[in-house]
Amino acid sequence: MQQVTGTPLRKTPLNALFRELGARLVDFAGWEMPVQFSSLIEEHLAVRSAAGLFDVSHMGEIEVEGRDALALVQRVACNDAARLAPGQAQYSALLTEQGTFVDDILVYRRAPDRFLLVVNAGNTDKDFAWVGQHAAGDVQVVNASARWAQLAIQGPRAAGVLQPLCSMDLEPIPSYGFAEGKAGGVQAIVSRTGYTGEDGFEIYLPPEAAADLFRALLRAGRGEGLLPCGFGARDTLRLEARLALYGNDIDETTTVHEAGLRWISKPAKGDFVGREALMRQQAGGVPRRLVGFEMVDRGIARHGHTVRFEGRDVGRVTSGTYGPYVKKNIGLAYVPPDLAGVGARFSVAIRERDTAAAVVPTPFYKRSR
Amino acid sequence: MSKGDAIYPESLRYTKEHEWLETRGAVATVGITHYAQAELGDIVYVELPQMEAAVVAGEPFGTVESVKAVSELFAPVSGVVAEVNDALQASPETVNKDPYGDGWMIRIKVSDSEETPGLMSAAQYRKYVEDEAN
Repeated sequence: MQQVTGTPLRKTPLNALFRELGARLVDFAGWEMPVQFSSLIEEHLAVRSAAGLFDVSHMGEIEVEGRDALALVQRVACNDAARLAPGQAQYSALLTEQGTFVDDILVYRRAPDRFLLVVNAGNTDKDFAWVGQHAAGDVQVVNASARWAQLAIQGPRAAGVLQPLCSMDLEPIPSYGFAEGKAGGVQAIVSRTGYTGEDGFEIYLPPEAAADLFRALLRAGRGEGLLPCGFGARDTLRLEARLALYGNDIDETTTVHEAGLRWISKPAKGDFVGREALMRQQAGGVPRRLVGFEMVDRGIARHGHTVRFEGRDVGRVTSGTYGPYVKKNIGLAYVPPDLAGVGARFSVAIRERDTAAAVVPTPFYKRSR
Repeated sequence: MSKGDAIYPESLRYTKEHEWLETRGAVATVGITHYAQAELGDIVYVELPQMEAAVVAGEPFGTVESVKAVSELFAPVSGVVAEVNDALQASPETVNKDPYGDGWMIRIKVSDSEETPGLMSAAQYRKYVEDEAN
């Protein structure tokens, strides 16, 4: 539990409140974040059945603005940002020339010439430099991470809890839509997005207002079963929904196609960094695929475990956990294409013992609409 | 739960790896402490040895996993496994709810009647945990 580097952990504006609430705090990408408040399983189930409240202020925000803003976003991100109207967001990725992930991101179009890229905390500096390197013409790229805190309220009761605290009507906001207005009395971006597989919202607001809004949402959700949630539940929720975690499931060694994220790559939009490599892989096929599996034998697969087949090492587990809602031991692994079909069997080496697993359809959990 | 709330029965002895031990005649019952279960969080998997398996003091004899963490279990004494709490396979959360009662893990028929060095009393363990937390 000791920090090796001696670098002090960064703290979000909610750190003092978390200490007050008795959260268990841990190092996450250099930030001191709550891993759990009460019980990871209770928090996970609260999000599935009622609502959960998360602080995700560590996430990075990069503003891209100017007449050539769209051209820059189209160049560095693989999804088609031209399809976004102001008020719409999309899941996308920054790619290397090899078609591997610099980062996975959300692209918000706030105005025709104004975008907000939301990036993983640990990649913020790298991404900012990457986007800046590709800038040309009339465009400003600003690392605005210090000016934005972010809360996420997720679950079937999220809209009902959040609505009374917002100036805008939440009901008409579609999935991956957002509106700008007041939340908790301050100017905010309220976006119908999340990382849990549930309906819910992510709220971008000034850091100095974040603790007050967090408290107000806790109060508003008290009778609705809302719980404050830590990163433990965030990780198990996103895995049940098969949402990739950068650094685990995707990184600079894995391509968009290998990760099963071909739908975010839009080669028809024109050139972008990584496009050629992805076209080659599309024609030639992928050497491995990221698949969802369930343990058949007893045991929990974990990140880094080896996938074995007929006595040979053939892949690796990128994420694995007990799924508190699906009540199964689940995971994601890169395996050769011939082991990637639903029903295929392989083993996971758990403490040097080959433990049987089977490929299953993903997501492991899909909410009923 | 804050660490000060943890309870450590006087009748048990404790290891630095946070197992407890209760000796009756030649049989020792082993589990993990209140502090250990609270540190791990929701326990979802317990892997225990087979009956008759040999265990060695200070060596791992099994594994306990919470949703987020994997932790080895260390034998406080040497001997042969005389009983295994198989109920934990279906209900591993019992370790969180009742770590000194129904959450026990194995019973060891102790091979060496000599006292294993390094075991702590309740008071010594409480101090050890407080020091570790700070």
